Amino acid sequence: MFEHYLNIFINTVFIENIALSLFLGMCTFLAISKKIDAAFGLGVAVIVVCAITVPLNNLIYNYVLREGALTWAGLPNTNLEFVELISYIGVIAAAVQILEMFLDKYIPALYNALGVFLPLITVNCAILGASLFMVEKDLMFTESIAYGLGAGVGWAMAIVILAGIREKLKYSDIPEGLKGLGMTFIIVGLMSFGFMSFGGISL
Amino acid sequence: MSLKQYKEVLVNPLIKENPITLQILGICSALAVTSNLNVTLIMCIALTSVVSLSNLFISIIRNYIPSSVRIIVQMTIIATLVILVDELLKAYDYETSKKLSVFVGLIITNCIVMGRAEAFAMKEKPFVSFLDGLGNGIGYSLILIGVAFIRELFGAGTLFGIPIFGDWYPTNNLLLLPPSSFIIIGLFIWLIRGYNNDQIEEDEFDLSKHSVSPDLNKRELNV
Repeated sequence: MFEHYLNIFINTVFIENIALSLFLGMCTFLAISKKIDAAFGLGVAVIVVCAITVPLNNLIYNYVLREGALTWAGLPNTNLEFVELISYIGVIAAAVQILEMFLDKYIPALYNALGVFLPLITVNCAILGASLFMVEKDLMFTESIAYGLGAGVGWAMAIVILAGIREKLKYSDIPEGLKGLGMTFIIVGLMSFGFMSFGGISL
Repeated sequence: MSLKQYKEVLVNPLIKENPITLQILGICSALAVTSNLNVTLIMCIALTSVVSLSNLFISIIRNYIPSSVRIIVQMTIIATLVILVDELLKAYDYETSKKLSVFVGLIITNCIVMGRAEAFAMKEKPFVSFLDGLGNGIGYSLILIGVAFIRELFGAGTLFGIPIFGDWYPTNNLLLLPPSSFIIIGLFIWLIRGYNNDQIEEDEFDLSKHSVSPDLNKRELNV
């Protein structure tokens, strides 16, 4: 049983890496990867938010939105799937807000370390994307915990690796026009080719 | 506003201030949907209509939005528009909507839409905001269509699914793989910055001064 969840986790971290195989959360991925410290802080924030919101959205999907999900309320024929997107983004925005207040009160050190990244995460497509892929894969609640955690860890790992490579490249002699953003795109492209090599592994 | 300013708002984001290559906005969806021109075109139309209409509506009610809840208000407007687009697509082109899978939904968190709403529509009048949205949507589309053109033509040898090169052309699977679009966008950025030199990013460090001509008699090498 445990093996099944571990498989989902490993699969999400490496084979279907949310940043390098599904290309989600790219804007922040490219913009905030100059320094390892900042990248790591953002990565931790994404792990926490992903691990909370994906299972929450799973509950909402299975018990409220899905076709026939409202049977427990005496409404067997309702299908609320068309409000899927708006409810997920609402859950994410609320979760981020609550997390922010919680961290501010109880773990101020982490709150200060994350700083401005926390509110920014609401509009990070990696988070909404993880929820949408969770629905597409039709995961159970317990599976969705492993999936959410894996999605966050995979994204965090990718951004820390990219930040490491960019710090190493800081002093290299890159053609004028490619400096900065252009080079980052090409690095990410190569990293992403590298991650494709996990593709053949079946767990 | 004069006609010239309107034109600037519309034309500037096309290449010079392109959302993808300069503002680093909206890259998330730019990569996964560019292996086939048909799908790309639908995605571009969807995004352009969402960004221009959301700019328009947000700008209309900009004076009534309290700044503390503005993100939620913007999100609601954007999400509503995206749901409309998603439902329309499912109704009229179910095949493409299957191919785009979650990427239509992800327009909600596409930073172009949020970014333009925050940076432009919250301050400017409705019509000019609409033009700004249109310009940015088309700028995004130009890059996407460029990438998809290269990937489909040289990857599969077809355009819109119609064979162009004929049988002699061996398909290039590397270009059909999604990571290649990163490299193509990187090269686009190089091209654009070759023309707009002011966009070239500065080094974060200063090189220390070195003597211009090393004194070879002293057999010293100054580096």
